[in-house]
Amino acid sequence: MEEHTRIPYSKYLMVWFALVLFTGVTIMVAGLQVGGWSTFAAIFIAAIKGTLVLFYFMHLRYESGLFKLALTVAMLTLAVIMALTFADVSFR
Amino acid sequence: MTAVAIPHIEEHHDPEGSRFGMWLFLLTEILLFAGIFLLYAVYRYQFPEDFHYGATTLHTLVGAINTIILLTSSLTMVLSIAKLVRGDRKGAVVMLGATIALGLSFLVVKIFEWGDKIGHGLFPGSEELMEHTAGENMFYGLYFGMTGLHALHVIVGLGVLAVMLYRLARKPRMTVRLPAPGNVALSLASGDGRKLWDGTADADVDGVEVSLTYSKNEEMLDKEVTRLENAGLYWHLVDVIWIFLFPFLYLIT
Repeated sequence: MEEHTRIPYSKYLMVWFALVLFTGVTIMVAGLQVGGWSTFAAIFIAAIKGTLVLFYFMHLRYESGLFKLALTVAMLTLAVIMALTFADVSFR
Repeated sequence: MTAVAIPHIEEHHDPEGSRFGMWLFLLTEILLFAGIFLLYAVYRYQFPEDFHYGATTLHTLVGAINTIILLTSSLTMVLSIAKLVRGDRKGAVVMLGATIALGLSFLVVKIFEWGDKIGHGLFPGSEELMEHTAGENMFYGLYFGMTGLHALHVIVGLGVLAVMLYRLARKPRMTVRLPAPGNVALSLASGDGRKLWDGTADADVDGVEVSLTYSKNEEMLDKEVTRLENAGLYWHLVDVIWIFLFPFLYLIT
């Protein structure tokens, strides 16, 4: 069974607790009415939560560099698509 | 009658390659949803007031409850895999069952939420929405489109998890198919050459299928862990997508 990483249950519980906590934080921040910052905060917190799930629940942290490279390439592709779309939409 | 010796069965098992294949598929899923998120972002940029108004009509509490449900289902999913890795088949089944139950509750909440909106005449193409602004039409169109596509993924995920539950709950087994032209005589011998059983199949068959049911499960465990891990990866991705959907649709006002 060496192929499969054993991670203590407590670590999973901690990640879950952090995820629930961040959900509370993101709802609280949305209620503050801080204008343009609320969008930024929502995306930022969602990114943290997503990263936690990817790295701990989906074990990305314990996978080889190939997995991380594949995700990076996908994310960069996404960033390019988004940047180009907004460059188009904003300056029409 | 020709005797057909059972060929040596090579076990090709590559957990990492198998997981990488799953990851590649998940990356295409991320790009699929990202395209719709981009659509949402562009229209929100064009109709800020309408999207602001639209978000205030959604119930934050209901969205938050569903967020917690999905996050918890991800926890039970990962615990199910952790239990199976440790050889605790029963524990894995219980945790997987909990994951399925949580996924179903997510869908039930979603049905009530959609029902409430549809009850108020707010659904794409409704007469009520025709009298609203173009921006509001875009918002509700994207709301139903995005949560609908996500719910579809939850349903597919539940199907995959149900198959995994069935596979884990039954006794571990392996089935081998062997070609056999014409009548076959079957004999079973142990690894050290002792004859265990003899038999014949008089019917004219074109092959036989041998099913082995293990009393000890170590032999099969490794493959099953990989399958459960891949099912789990899919389930977690559905969770990640919801993590982004929730603030975009319910919170950003």
